[in-house]
Amino acid sequence: MTDFLWLIPLFPLAGSAVNGLFGRRLPKSAITLIACGAAALSFLLSCSIFLSLLSLPPQQRHIIQSYFTWIESGDFVARAEFLLDPLSAVMLLVVTGVGFVIHIYSIGYMHSENGYYRFFCYMNLFLFSMLILVLSANFLLMFVGWEGVGLCSYLLIGYYFERKSAGDAGKKAFIVNRIGDVGFVLGILLVFVTFRNIDFGHVFQSIASDPADFPVEAGVGILTAIALLLFVGATGKSAQIPLYVWLPDAMEGPTPVSALIHAATMVTAGVYMVVRCSPIFSRAPIALEVVAVVGIATAFLAATIGLAQRDIKRVLAYSTVSQLGYMFVGAGVGAFAAGIFHLMTHAFFKALLFLGAGSVIHAMSGEQDMTRMGGLRRHTPITFLTMATAALAISGIPPLAGFFSKDEILWRAWSGGHSALWLIGLATAGLTAFYMFRLVFLTFYGSERFSEDVRRHLHESPRSMTIPLVVLMILSVVGGFVGLPPWLGVTNQFEHFLEPSLALAVQSHPAAQSHSTEVLLAGLSVLVALTGIYAAYRIYVARPGAAQALAARMQGLYRLVFHKYYVDEMYDAVLVNPAVGGSREVLWKAVDVGIVDGAVNGVGSLMRSAARLLKGLQNGLVRSYASWILLGAVAVILYLTLAHN
Amino acid sequence: MDINHYLILSALLFATGAVGVIFKRNVISLLLCIEIMLNAANLSFIAFSRFLGQVHGQIFVFFVMVVAAAEAAVGLAIAIVLFRNRETLSVDDADLMKW
Amino acid sequence: MEALVFYTLGAIALGAAVAVVAFRKVFYSALSLILCLTSVAGLYLLLEAPFMAAVQVIVYAGAIMVLFLFVIMLLDPFSGGVHPDKRKYLRVLGPALGSIMLLLLFPMLQAYDLAMAPRSPDASPEAVGSVENLAMVLFDQYLLPFEVTSVLILVAIIGVVVLAKRRT
Repeated sequence: MTDFLWLIPLFPLAGSAVNGLFGRRLPKSAITLIACGAAALSFLLSCSIFLSLLSLPPQQRHIIQSYFTWIESGDFVARAEFLLDPLSAVMLLVVTGVGFVIHIYSIGYMHSENGYYRFFCYMNLFLFSMLILVLSANFLLMFVGWEGVGLCSYLLIGYYFERKSAGDAGKKAFIVNRIGDVGFVLGILLVFVTFRNIDFGHVFQSIASDPADFPVEAGVGILTAIALLLFVGATGKSAQIPLYVWLPDAMEGPTPVSALIHAATMVTAGVYMVVRCSPIFSRAPIALEVVAVVGIATAFLAATIGLAQRDIKRVLAYSTVSQLGYMFVGAGVGAFAAGIFHLMTHAFFKALLFLGAGSVIHAMSGEQDMTRMGGLRRHTPITFLTMATAALAISGIPPLAGFFSKDEILWRAWSGGHSALWLIGLATAGLTAFYMFRLVFLTFYGSERFSEDVRRHLHESPRSMTIPLVVLMILSVVGGFVGLPPWLGVTNQFEHFLEPSLALAVQSHPAAQSHSTEVLLAGLSVLVALTGIYAAYRIYVARPGAAQALAARMQGLYRLVFHKYYVDEMYDAVLVNPAVGGSREVLWKAVDVGIVDGAVNGVGSLMRSAARLLKGLQNGLVRSYASWILLGAVAVILYLTLAHN
Repeated sequence: MDINHYLILSALLFATGAVGVIFKRNVISLLLCIEIMLNAANLSFIAFSRFLGQVHGQIFVFFVMVVAAAEAAVGLAIAIVLFRNRETLSVDDADLMKW
Repeated sequence: MEALVFYTLGAIALGAAVAVVAFRKVFYSALSLILCLTSVAGLYLLLEAPFMAAVQVIVYAGAIMVLFLFVIMLLDPFSGGVHPDKRKYLRVLGPALGSIMLLLLFPMLQAYDLAMAPRSPDASPEAVGSVENLAMVLFDQYLLPFEVTSVLILVAIIGVVVLAKRRT
């Protein structure tokens, strides 16, 4: 079965090609069938390959499928090679599974769009790129997938290209990503310079094994440099500080896009990359520190911003940034498996939240401002139920999925000695619960703050949209059960499953503390979450005017948070405007118009002037021609005279 | 007599003819000055033939004369055509071959 | 003796040449040229080239100049530069260039050392320039150019006839 690994990315690629080339002429049903069929096939194949992987003993779960040699230039060899191991298998299932569900949802959501085929073409293309990223066995091929998802993100964010804000958001996403990519590429190059190879297997073996076996001695300094450079790329793709600014703007795209790309899959590519490179990171303690600190700072910052946002999708966007921070904290304390676990559970409930938000927006005829919603739970019950479940999951309420994954990370932070990280993480968990339920209460409870027009069109979404919601809800509930912690008396299946992939990393086993500490901390985080939910209830449901009163009292702080700490404005002033101004004044006006055009035109006008001069020679006058000839003869004689002397 | 004298005389004649070509405006005068130049060259050739003891110079003069004759004939024919069409023999007036 | 003849003939030739340039009326220029050509023929005689001298007088001064005179008579013989000169600078440029050329040539020609040139050692000048020798070389070595010149003359004749025909 694993021989057919290459088909997994191929199905969506073919779907994308067919829809892209012929979609304009195909009927909607055909487009749907091709696109969703491709996603379904990928998912089914992923499942069966996963099962065949399970049938192998753990030591053998490391399969490489080599297809062709792409680049061969001296020492630099890049092969088209796929790596199938537990880590990539998990990612495969998440990407194809959630991807397929979202494709189904999109049938209903994008039903009335003109560019229906374009949407599905891009979505399939995205699946293809993401699968390449996840399956690749070397840095360069991963980078190909990396860039591919960036491209698809741009295409999909700017899907409503008639809107200037959408185009701008797409550009912003692409450009900010690019900045991160500079770091990524430098990291890859440094890897090559150090190891003369870019295959994961070769590089990681070189690092991990006895220097006598491999001729490379990679010092901590080099590994730290590589890790930091790679992490720069991760901050771009996974929206961490300082390159997170594109993700909120990316909400300009259709909601399924936000769900798939900016919640479940693309933004998690950075986390995947860090975990994949765990052999490097785990041997560079400084880099790990940086990862953890950036992660927790981002988590906290984004959570605070999410408190004051009014657009339902914006809240979710900042929530995504915050949760991604958690994943990086997990990686940063050495709990790589926990990070991936949270990635998986987050994919379930965040995708659900976004799709639910889409359902709400759909029901509200396009309204996205929560202050203009309210009391929807009577009108859209399924949406309400599923979103409330997801909110519980993300807040870390047991036994839903989010509890197990988030708690694992917090526990590993504490037991690894990073108490500061744990504390901030705990506070952020509280904030998460608060803003999540603020969203739920504002949207589904309270008085109905929308117009009569909207009320008339209010309706629950069609089955093609609600069924995916239900599916994801089920996953959000049971998804955590694969990673049950030891204090429940079982081995953590998820962590155990991922062990072969992380074998080459320096293992940071938590200190053998008693289970009771772990239970205590778990209980503490649940308590904090419940406090957050209660606070949200008090402010937004029990006393309707409380929110405004609170905001009025803390005006300065409120404004700061509402305007996202003015980070975008700061970037504009410090980076963007000087760059644009410099480009316009210096590079365009001075260099391009002045120098380049001037040189080209100058050559032309020089020729013209020279020609005008020479024109005068041809005056048709025989006598002047004769004098020129004589002049020439004189010149020759002069030359001969001089030559003989 | 040394060859140098003949050569100098030839140079003087040539220069005179050259100046005349630039100077004169009448087409036929132009042709006459060209004949002077050709003759100067012929003189040179004959002088060299004499002082080097080779006959080839004179043979060359022979051919030069033939060519000069042909060229003079054709040149005069052109002058006739020019006069017929333009009523003028001034080269300054035949200046259409210009930019 | 020889020097005297040389200087006389040279002076006449030079003077006539200058006269060709100087005369305004083209008829007088032509006549001066005849004089010039004849003195050059004399110089040829001085240079032991009797045949060439004869050919010069017969062909050049005799045929070509007569042709010139015919055409001069046909067109405007006594006109003398009625049109004002449009390019006055050429009146200066011409003599200037000529003088420069002479200035440059004189030293070279003065310094020309015949001894350095390749010479045929024994033949006497009279034998070299004699008709027999000329004929021998002309019809032996230079036969092809000789035949080609006949073609050249044919071309010239045809050209002249075509050019000078009146178009009806």
